[in-house]
Amino acid sequence: MLVSNTIVKVGIAQMDVVKAPHTIRTSGLGSCVGVVIYDETKQIAGLIHVMLPDSSLGKVDATNVAKFADTGIKALLDLLKAEGVQTFKLKAKIAGGAQMFQFTSDKSSMRIGPRNVEAVKNELSKYKIPLIAEDTGGNSGRTIEFNPVTSMLNIRTVNRGVSEI
Amino acid sequence: MNFNQKITSLHLDVLKEIGNIGAAHGATALSDLLNKKIDMQVPKVEMVTFEHMMELAGGSETVVVGVFLRIEGDIEGSMFFILPIEQANRFIRRLIHDETFDFYKTPVSELALSAMQEMGNILSGSYLSALSDFTKLKIYPTVPGLSVDMFGAIISTGLIELSQVSDHVIVINTSIFEEDIALDEAVHGHFFLLPDPDSFATIFKVLGVS
Repeated sequence: MLVSNTIVKVGIAQMDVVKAPHTIRTSGLGSCVGVVIYDETKQIAGLIHVMLPDSSLGKVDATNVAKFADTGIKALLDLLKAEGVQTFKLKAKIAGGAQMFQFTSDKSSMRIGPRNVEAVKNELSKYKIPLIAEDTGGNSGRTIEFNPVTSMLNIRTVNRGVSEI
Repeated sequence: MNFNQKITSLHLDVLKEIGNIGAAHGATALSDLLNKKIDMQVPKVEMVTFEHMMELAGGSETVVVGVFLRIEGDIEGSMFFILPIEQANRFIRRLIHDETFDFYKTPVSELALSAMQEMGNILSGSYLSALSDFTKLKIYPTVPGLSVDMFGAIISTGLIELSQVSDHVIVINTSIFEEDIALDEAVHGHFFLLPDPDSFATIFKVLGVS
């Protein structure tokens, strides 16, 4: 029987989980960071589109945990565990955290890209999830798609073409 | 002002008027710059999710030319002038008298980038000075930044402030287009004004609808 492949799309400040042969993607990452956490043997992968580093930045009660690196990665791990994966088998790949505009503004939100990347790395190390590859920083937008069969993360940019990590 | 507080139709009318006055001046400046008729649609004021915001200019992956600046002073917020590549190509070709110019061909010439930056500067400046005259509020725009990239990557820069207090954004969206091009072929540019949450109270107060 032929299994048709679906691309599961994850929007900004959202997350989801897929099993092979389906792939998972998020588009138009700027300062946001796309975090893929996956289990190679089970061929299961979760993707989250993180907007902000820390839920303490939320000035009202956060309704959307997927928006922040700290609450989001925890929530994604819960989703993955519900699929039966074990945390010690998980690995991660990340992309994004660009600075789309060069500014002299002292607003800290204008330097959010690098802070998002740092926060994501801190969270991953907190849960002892090895970061296998990353494509972060710079000033290009990215669309990423992860394939749980090959564990490869495809990265498309407007100015620098396509790459795989 | 709390985002959960009810925005009345009067509030919406005030925000629409802001879009109307600002964009009308921006469009006039563009029309002068290009010696071409530029028309605009009635502004839309919408409270949308971040995901919906991505659809307002054709999807998060659509490649656009984006000019972005921060507004400081009595009110704060983010302002974008977004042009689809086709539209930006037409404008820049006209501006620098080079029919072969194409934003898709990289590297884009310094002259074209500079022209685009200046266009964004003039347009957003006209938009905001009209707004400042109308509201008597002090508005200081930062120097605009330019990016040719995916719409999602560009617009999310303006969502960061808002995302700290809400999962929704109030966007004042005015689209502009060339008048002498058939409506179904016209590619729309957009002015997006995203006031920071605290600034709505200020705007409503000075315009007498608080």
